[in-house]
Amino acid sequence: MGLDFGVVPGYLGALSVGAGWTVVITVLAGAFSIVAGVLFAVGGLYGHPLIRYPVKAFVWLFRGTPLLLQLFLIYFGLVEIGIDLNAFVAGVIGLGLHFAAYNADIIQAGIVAVDRGQTEAGRTLGLSRYQTVSRIVVPQAVRDVVPALGNNMIALLKDSALVSVIGVAELTLSAQLAISKTFRPFEFYFAAAVFYYVINLCLEAALSRIERRMEAAR
Amino acid sequence: MDVELLLRVYPFFLEAALVTVQLSVLSIALGLVCGALGASARLSQLRILRFVGAAYVSVIRGTPALIQLFILYFGGPQIGIQLDAFTAGVIGLGVNIGAYMTETIRGAIIAVDRGQTEAARTLGMSRGQAMRNVILPQALRLMIRPLGVNINAQIKGTALVAAISVVELTYTAQRYIASTYKPFEMFLLAGMIYLVIISATGAAIAWLDRRVAIR
Repeated sequence: MGLDFGVVPGYLGALSVGAGWTVVITVLAGAFSIVAGVLFAVGGLYGHPLIRYPVKAFVWLFRGTPLLLQLFLIYFGLVEIGIDLNAFVAGVIGLGLHFAAYNADIIQAGIVAVDRGQTEAGRTLGLSRYQTVSRIVVPQAVRDVVPALGNNMIALLKDSALVSVIGVAELTLSAQLAISKTFRPFEFYFAAAVFYYVINLCLEAALSRIERRMEAAR
Repeated sequence: MDVELLLRVYPFFLEAALVTVQLSVLSIALGLVCGALGASARLSQLRILRFVGAAYVSVIRGTPALIQLFILYFGGPQIGIQLDAFTAGVIGLGVNIGAYMTETIRGAIIAVDRGQTEAARTLGMSRGQAMRNVILPQALRLMIRPLGVNINAQIKGTALVAAISVVELTYTAQRYIASTYKPFEMFLLAGMIYLVIISATGAAIAWLDRRVAIR
């Protein structure tokens, strides 16, 4: 059949829209994964046993099983308990929870690494336990683990391709739609790969800027 | 929790788990070969090889594994590469994890103190001899743990081939979710099998790491 990249330009608009959705999904799922990661980290370290053990079990389960399997669980499983999510929301929640489990581990390590004197000083100054954790310990911990969280965000961008499997219309699925019309898989998956590569470069540049600013703020 | 259903379907999940294990073992073996070659290229004295190594790592790590798999499996026939889904899965996953392993292996080699190379060269060893007899034995110890992280990721990564219809654990779980409408049970069953595979592998790597540790 040979290759003919001449068919690609006609679909660049559709691919760009798909790429836009990939960015939206990555940003939403990324933000969710960091917020949830902090909550899981704090819950797993300081929570009441009734919170702590379920959180630990969740993190263990979601770190030890494939993302694709988790997406199937959330997409089909929530319908089962009466919550009918569309694929987009299910995809963002699935990606977000998966990476939250990884972020939680990193943030926990960051929290443990914050000097004990910070907690003691906070408590001595009359802050409550909750205030000390939320205003003194967690901000420092998160700042310290920014590079590691950044790596997870890069992995999240690439793994966002998986939500095409449950039917979310992002970059991979828009390539598949073009393929279903043109029967040219090589050209369009290649084009999608180029889009991902460029988005990845932008994300890496943005992350290194954030890292530098964090470094400067110390 | 529908225990009766679980008892009925679990033999099919175990059969699928065997495919997941095969995919993992073969793709990790291929990944180690790619990683060793990639690291050699990146540390080579030849500029062209360094460039090829760096390009391999950048392109593979900069694009989704799923897209790489699709290019190979669906796009391959257009350029004369016709593979069955399992073989495409092994090659696609192996080449993918190989890029991450390239960096792991390179990192371990660089981490060996420079003085070791200098001492070996001073003692009259050639560059190759110094690498083989002095650097690599030390680097191998350093790379076991981080390679373990790559391997752990790859075992979960084998789930991707469900998207090209290889009947492995995730594909089987998906099929049973669709036919039984019991997503939680199927997820837990498949998930527990993944956790057993990953825990066993992790224990084996930790044992290996302890065996070769410098005391």
